[in-house]
Amino acid sequence: MVARFLRWDILVTALLTVVFLGGAGLSPSFGNTGNLAFALGDISEIALIALPMTLLVVCGEVDLSVASVLGLSSALTGALWDKGWAIETIIPLVLVVGLVCGLVNGLLVTRLGLPSLAVTIGTMTLYRGLAYVVLGTGAISEFPQQYTGLATGTVPGTPIPYPIALLALLAILTAVILHATGLGRSLFAIGAQEEAAFFAGIRVKRIKLLLFVVSGLVSAFAGIVFTLRYGSARADNGLGFELTVIAAVLLGGVDFDGGKGTLGGVIAGVLLIGLLRNLLMLNDVTSEIQSIVTGLLLIVSVLTPRVAVMIREVQGRRHNRDPVPATS
Amino acid sequence: MTTRSLVTIATASVLALGLTACGGTTKKSDTGGAAGGSNTTGASANPNAKLKSGLKLAFLPKQINNPYETIVDNGGIVAAKDFSGAAKEVGPSDASASSQVSYINTLIQQQQDAILISANDPNAVCGPLKQAMAKGIKVVAYDSDASKDCRNVFINQASSEEIGRSEVKVLSDQLGGKGDIAILSATANATNQNTWIGFMKDELATKYPNMKLVKIAYGNDDDQTSFNDTLALLQQYPNLKGIISPTTVGIAAAARAIESVHKGGQVALTGLGTPNQLRQYVKDGTIKGFELWDPGNLGYLAYYVAALLVQGKIKGTVGETFMAGKLGSYTIGAGNVVLLGPPTVFNAANIDQFNF
Repeated sequence: MVARFLRWDILVTALLTVVFLGGAGLSPSFGNTGNLAFALGDISEIALIALPMTLLVVCGEVDLSVASVLGLSSALTGALWDKGWAIETIIPLVLVVGLVCGLVNGLLVTRLGLPSLAVTIGTMTLYRGLAYVVLGTGAISEFPQQYTGLATGTVPGTPIPYPIALLALLAILTAVILHATGLGRSLFAIGAQEEAAFFAGIRVKRIKLLLFVVSGLVSAFAGIVFTLRYGSARADNGLGFELTVIAAVLLGGVDFDGGKGTLGGVIAGVLLIGLLRNLLMLNDVTSEIQSIVTGLLLIVSVLTPRVAVMIREVQGRRHNRDPVPATS
Repeated sequence: MTTRSLVTIATASVLALGLTACGGTTKKSDTGGAAGGSNTTGASANPNAKLKSGLKLAFLPKQINNPYETIVDNGGIVAAKDFSGAAKEVGPSDASASSQVSYINTLIQQQQDAILISANDPNAVCGPLKQAMAKGIKVVAYDSDASKDCRNVFINQASSEEIGRSEVKVLSDQLGGKGDIAILSATANATNQNTWIGFMKDELATKYPNMKLVKIAYGNDDDQTSFNDTLALLQQYPNLKGIISPTTVGIAAAARAIESVHKGGQVALTGLGTPNQLRQYVKDGTIKGFELWDPGNLGYLAYYVAALLVQGKIKGTVGETFMAGKLGSYTIGAGNVVLLGPPTVFNAANIDQFNF
């Protein structure tokens, strides 16, 4: 009972509810449609990238190059648009580039057996460098209205921006894959005990390669969304986003060592980071304090499951020593 | 028992985190906060003022904790006193293009009367600023402009022509209008530097026939290169009477170089620099005078324009004239731009009034 309550993804959902209700009570401008639409829209890219990142972390890997792929995608979109390409041609091409970025990560990790942390620290710098090669330090703007409208507009009658509506669909899809299919179980198995998973017949390398490719693809898509949402393509777009994404995944209760976590928790984590930041800003809390709050929250999120395990161990020992088993 | 209390502690601490954060510190400074680098010459309230008070204005700099931006914004917060209004500074801790956008949304939600912004990216902030304007919020860009249709007015800190011509004048005043001079610039293809140098040449040719420009050196905005370039100039042109260095890196390196060969007072030096950087050289006489716009006045003027827009005293259209408190009268120029005016000349008499 207690152990179940201490499951972090449930705690974080409760906390999200508290922030939401408390926020609505604290500042009247928090709960209004305009602000909610903005706060939700503001986390579009983080939430999108968090989906494949969850799968990666569950199977014990990580991709730090996601924000750089976003930047490269943004720079490429801008550079090609500036050269007079049609946006309908640019989008598929940029997605393919993202896919290739993910493929490079995946091949280096699975075929050469390199640790993903090291590989993607390298490609993080590499892809960001390419972004600057493509677009330099300038900015490209004036994207077509019907596309920027898609990125900034909301589903009629709701405060839900289109990117978030799409995210909801993708999140359901990802949740089904992770929690209701054999592939999903394979991911948990790989994360828990890679060797055992391998001997159980799971194609570990192929699955990991696929996840890195999806991660690159989604990051490139997030880059397009980002570019259209701000109407500005720059090589430095999304700088530092990879840490926010990983923070959201960990905050959502996914174990960084792999093998544990739920997608619902991650979505709650993303929403919590986004809404909390919005609420703090509305109350004129400085950005330093905002990052301190997020940081502390993250530490608590990593700490709590450990505390839960310790409690269970202590309980277990006491039960073993207890000479009268009948009553307990 | 222990488990339950642990659970309580964990939950409580998490909740406390969320809650304490809500009421906490703000960067709000209302009437009469700490003065920035504003001129101390009698700050009097707007004489024709019979104005609505209680304005809510917010400065959104490129990045908070940037010393230059802080002085600008504090200048505006001082101006808030003239309107018995409130002004605050909010902003991101990183100067990335998109981070300002969240703050614009916040300021819209807080129903500020005006947003004053130094834009990190003229286009990325455009959409949200348009939303703000659609809700009746006045938008004034300062220091770094937003796209023209996303703000009411832009406050330009200095015109290139003004900088170029006035630096020649400052040097000429020290040399009595004659002698060999040199320019120590940044890089050979820096647009702003070359524009200024163009106006310097023109000013020399038309007004100062007895001052001769013997060399333009390029120190690449590198301290060591600029230092060596200055030494080379002094060696190569023994009759050199003055140097103009329109870059903050160059002028500091040149001052050190002149001092290192004990030519302070024999070779005049001027250019663009900050008081804190050059204070010691002004005190020991190596530099008689140098220039920069006063960042405090920039914020002061921006606040006035925003406040007058909110009160409907001005519309922000080209050709309108208005009074900006201690700074006097201004006219809105082409492109809805207000020019701060001639750069401030810093010398031994006034340098201690400035801290930036």
